[in-house]
Amino acid sequence: MTAVAERRGRVRERSPVLAFLGRRMAGAVVAIFVASLVIFLGTVVLPGDAASVVLGRNGTPEQVSALNHRLHLDKPASQEYADWISGLAHGDLGDSAVGLVQGEKHAPVWPLISSPVKNSLILALVTAIFMIPLSLFLGVVAAVNAGRPADHVISLGTLAGIALPEFVIGSLLVGVFFVGLGWLPPVALVPPGANPLDDPKKLVLPVLTLLLASLASGVRMVRAGMIEVLRTEYVQTARLNGLPERRVLARYAMRNALAPSIQVLAQNLQWLIGGIIITESVFAYPGLGTTLVTAVGNRDVTVVRDIALLIAIAYILINLVADLIVMLLVPKLREPA
Amino acid sequence: MSGRLRFLRSPGGAVGVAIVLFVLAVALFGPYLAPHDPTAPIGPDAAPPSSTAPLGTDELGRDVLSRLLYGGRSVIALALLATLLAYAVGMSIGLLAGYSRSKVDPVLMRSVDVMLAFPPLLFLLVLIAGAGTSTAVLIIGVAAIQAPAVSRVVRTSTLEVSVRGYVEAAVARGERPVAVIRREVLPNILAPVIVDSGLRFTYSILIIASVNYLGLGLQPPSSDWALMVSENREYINLNLWAVVAPAAMIALLTIGVNLTGDAIARSLGRSYVPRAVRTVTPS
Amino acid sequence: MSSAVRDPVIRVEGLSLDLASGEPVVEDVSFAVGQGEIMGLVGESGSGKTTTALALLGYTRAGIAVRGGSVQVAGNELIGRDGSALRGLRGKVMSYVPQDPGGALNPSLRVGDAILDVLRAHRSTEASEDSVRAALRRVELGADPEFGRRYPHQLSGGQQQRVTIAMACVCGPPVAVLDEPTTGLDVLTQDRILAELTRLRDEDGMTMVYVSHDLAVVAGMADRITVMYAGRVVESGPAAEVIERPRHPYTRALVAAIPDVHNPRALQGIPGVSVGVGEWPDGCAFAPRCVHAQDRCLEAVPSLDAVGPGHGVRCVRWEELVGHQPRADGGRAATDATGVEPLLGVEGLSVVYRGGRLDRPAVDDVSFAIEPGRCVALVGESGSGKTTIGRCIAGLHQPTAGVIRFDGVPLPGAARSRSLDQRRRIQIVFQNPYESLNPRRRVAEEIERPLRVLRKLGQADARREVGELLERVRLPTRVMDRFPGELSGGERQRVAIARALAPKPELLVCDEVTSALDVSVQAAVLELLTELQRELHLSMLFITHNLGVVACVADTVLVMDRGRLCESGPVARVLSDPADEYTRRLLAAAPRLPHGALS
Repeated sequence: MTAVAERRGRVRERSPVLAFLGRRMAGAVVAIFVASLVIFLGTVVLPGDAASVVLGRNGTPEQVSALNHRLHLDKPASQEYADWISGLAHGDLGDSAVGLVQGEKHAPVWPLISSPVKNSLILALVTAIFMIPLSLFLGVVAAVNAGRPADHVISLGTLAGIALPEFVIGSLLVGVFFVGLGWLPPVALVPPGANPLDDPKKLVLPVLTLLLASLASGVRMVRAGMIEVLRTEYVQTARLNGLPERRVLARYAMRNALAPSIQVLAQNLQWLIGGIIITESVFAYPGLGTTLVTAVGNRDVTVVRDIALLIAIAYILINLVADLIVMLLVPKLREPA
Repeated sequence: MSGRLRFLRSPGGAVGVAIVLFVLAVALFGPYLAPHDPTAPIGPDAAPPSSTAPLGTDELGRDVLSRLLYGGRSVIALALLATLLAYAVGMSIGLLAGYSRSKVDPVLMRSVDVMLAFPPLLFLLVLIAGAGTSTAVLIIGVAAIQAPAVSRVVRTSTLEVSVRGYVEAAVARGERPVAVIRREVLPNILAPVIVDSGLRFTYSILIIASVNYLGLGLQPPSSDWALMVSENREYINLNLWAVVAPAAMIALLTIGVNLTGDAIARSLGRSYVPRAVRTVTPS
Repeated sequence: MSSAVRDPVIRVEGLSLDLASGEPVVEDVSFAVGQGEIMGLVGESGSGKTTTALALLGYTRAGIAVRGGSVQVAGNELIGRDGSALRGLRGKVMSYVPQDPGGALNPSLRVGDAILDVLRAHRSTEASEDSVRAALRRVELGADPEFGRRYPHQLSGGQQQRVTIAMACVCGPPVAVLDEPTTGLDVLTQDRILAELTRLRDEDGMTMVYVSHDLAVVAGMADRITVMYAGRVVESGPAAEVIERPRHPYTRALVAAIPDVHNPRALQGIPGVSVGVGEWPDGCAFAPRCVHAQDRCLEAVPSLDAVGPGHGVRCVRWEELVGHQPRADGGRAATDATGVEPLLGVEGLSVVYRGGRLDRPAVDDVSFAIEPGRCVALVGESGSGKTTIGRCIAGLHQPTAGVIRFDGVPLPGAARSRSLDQRRRIQIVFQNPYESLNPRRRVAEEIERPLRVLRKLGQADARREVGELLERVRLPTRVMDRFPGELSGGERQRVAIARALAPKPELLVCDEVTSALDVSVQAAVLELLTELQRELHLSMLFITHNLGVVACVADTVLVMDRGRLCESGPVARVLSDPADEYTRRLLAAAPRLPHGALS
């Protein structure tokens, strides 16, 4: 015990970054474990028998119990959870209940979601490429011009973005760009096997919807952080030492506003994940979100669990990466604890 | 009293309150004004506006205006109940964690961290997948999503307030913890909590409307703004209003609540803790 | 008046600044500072001293604008110059040392780079690592050649302040403006920084304006002193003149209000509170608080009259008051109380904070006793553990080891486990009056609560007693229905004292009760506490970092250093003949008035 503590102490002294990394990775593993538990409990603890729902009114009790058996849903909950996790560890995501009912011998989940995963990733990445620089730029512009027209315009825009749900933004955009102007298609159907980037026009409205919805909170928080930094004593002192204003903004204000902004951007990416679920449905885009929504509607519990865990892992990883970047940016955090 | 309503003097606050009152009035009194039965067809499907149906008809030939007038109650009521439940749970946890400061706090706050590290909408979808959809599941699910964030805000304020002299004086007098919290702590953390509640309420509306839109919340033939948007989405080029009108109502509601909350926050800004002068010599 | 100043480097004439709403903040301020002089600019909060000081850098805070006047620094007129011209002068002609060095250094910049930035802005040809090292050497940070590679959070408060001084001096400006540069620092560090500044002035002939609320700090180093009140200069002159022969009633009162280690005397507070911006009365702004005020004082703003070479005063009665000396009571008579059973006995008290550094407890084996009716002062710098001891006695913190006996009986650790009578007899007054009253409760309710909880009084009896308690702390009974937000800091602290007196305690723990208050208000609160102690035969534990205060209020003093008690004894003996090295250093560093002041 003491030997372990000692070794830990030594690691901390030698490389606080490594120690930090270790701590955060362990934290992420725990978080993923807890997320899997929450997902699992959400699908079993509350009353509601998925198998009978999937089979519909015509299902006989024998059919229901047979399906439950094939889905491993007839075992005690703890056993069922252990099976799910050990299956995942071996790369087996289980079978889709709906697939089995439709008479297939095996209906593995992975082939069902592999192409949606790719499509969703593309949508998320394209949006992020625009979102990150835009929210930094607009946030800083609003902060530096606080109280002036530029700030008011940006603040009003972000207020709308923060208040409106994705489906409202999406529907309004369709109203303007499809019904009104006829410029862009109202849906973003991608044939199986095709790459969404082959027809970028389809992606414009989904990406725009996601951008409008996710930019707002980021811009607001970057603005608030920047304004706070601009009020600090060290910015005033830099000005009173006669430093050029551009240098004061870049080296004194922005540099210190950046670290909190990274966390804000991470939060934004997380929001993006939530937004994708809805935006995909608005535009019938064949991604993970539409697959999940269909599965939830069908009470296809095994598929829901796998997709939910996948999304939760993405969520947690974004946090982890953001923490690491902040750690590298803020000198104070690099010190031994 | 005039001090408390000062936020109305800012343009944002006044506009926000006006919008919220308008949307509430539509939701509350709309059903009495509706010209038609919201569930019965009155004309051709997805027809553009006409003299009988000022906003046209929807995909089943029902009057869009009547459905609009009926469609606000459900989402507002559900969001309100969910937010209240979230506050009941979140405030208890936050006060307990913030005031006790010792053993309970780390445990509670770690659990809160875990909940916050989980995509909120996803949690609700998983719950619906497991338990089916019902108003109870929606309310409990949304409350469960919101409660951790509420408890965090309450805890932070409680931590800050509970080291102040008036709280410590009460502790030194030997007053019961419940009395200390009720008399000394609670009145002084209400301001940030109230400001925060506007944001939470908006968020509840967003989530419930989104789930309804996905077809996983309220089921047809209920008239609900979000449901109306999704039902008519496919026919948007036939009757634009069937989509835009309910979408605009949701937009008005959330923007109004947000503007009001912002204005209140700004009016409380510095004055709700009068001249909090920092100590010169911390010891 | 400026005739006494030879070759003025700074010349301010008729400077006036307004808030955006039109309220004046600074009104018709004029002064001059000669080459190589240090001028102390003294005033309480709201006096306009900081606004005036920033104007010397051509800088105004947001919402403040110059109405008129002239500010000349080293031959440059600053008023009316545009931003880029001023930027070129700042740091090169006049530089700035901020109040809070921790907040004034960019946390993500190595301190060497911060100094380099200033060089680059004005003398780019000299911007090099060597110049940075030289600058650090000049503020005695040159021992470690790699010092410039450190980040601000790796430095102590004193080192941080040296770095900001290095930044202010690196371009060799003829003028430096120092804005309360030692206010947040410990006494020992403050002493070293002041010596450093004096040395820089002596070596380079720099002209300095030193802004402070503390006349004692300024008295030690300034050549000239300018005293401001409500936006105007009320007295200005050579430092020795102003301190030893103050002419303005405000300056006199200020001198009388300063607790002095070497000259313990009963302090005299200034009645009332200093006026805020927008509340200036007609005529002399100090008149409402002035014991010498007459009707004519309120007729017109007095002019700044010359009373001696380079010495001006803004008072219509200064000539009549020349002979008038304020009452100068001797120090408090130390009551001798040997052989009496102590009321409080602390034995072997230790506190270790969980999660804190294990190698050093916050309080380490501390023992002392307080006899009935005596005032014991507990002195130490921040982090010495003195506040923790007070909290243990009040039942707000559990000791890790040791016993606290009250009236011979061991006290349980937590207040809740103590008997009603024990809780009633021990009361505490906290440091920060801005946070010690419930902002949502009226004064009467605040004071009633302990009466009802600890003395079980009914509503009517409690309300009656509130009135008596307010009188006792010299507050008008009309404050009963006020909320704390409507009271000044001094008034709030009086309410907090009334709340502590309500249950008729025998032991009063006063935890830094005056450190958040202006000097004049501090004196009044101390005056009140001393009187109450005598009238009510209270025993008192007086926790403070200020040795001057100790001299004025306490019978016995305990000196703490890093959790340990390093010296204790009668105040007169410890302050005149300290046995411990640490006490000696504290005493030597304590700011004081020159001997001639007011005697």
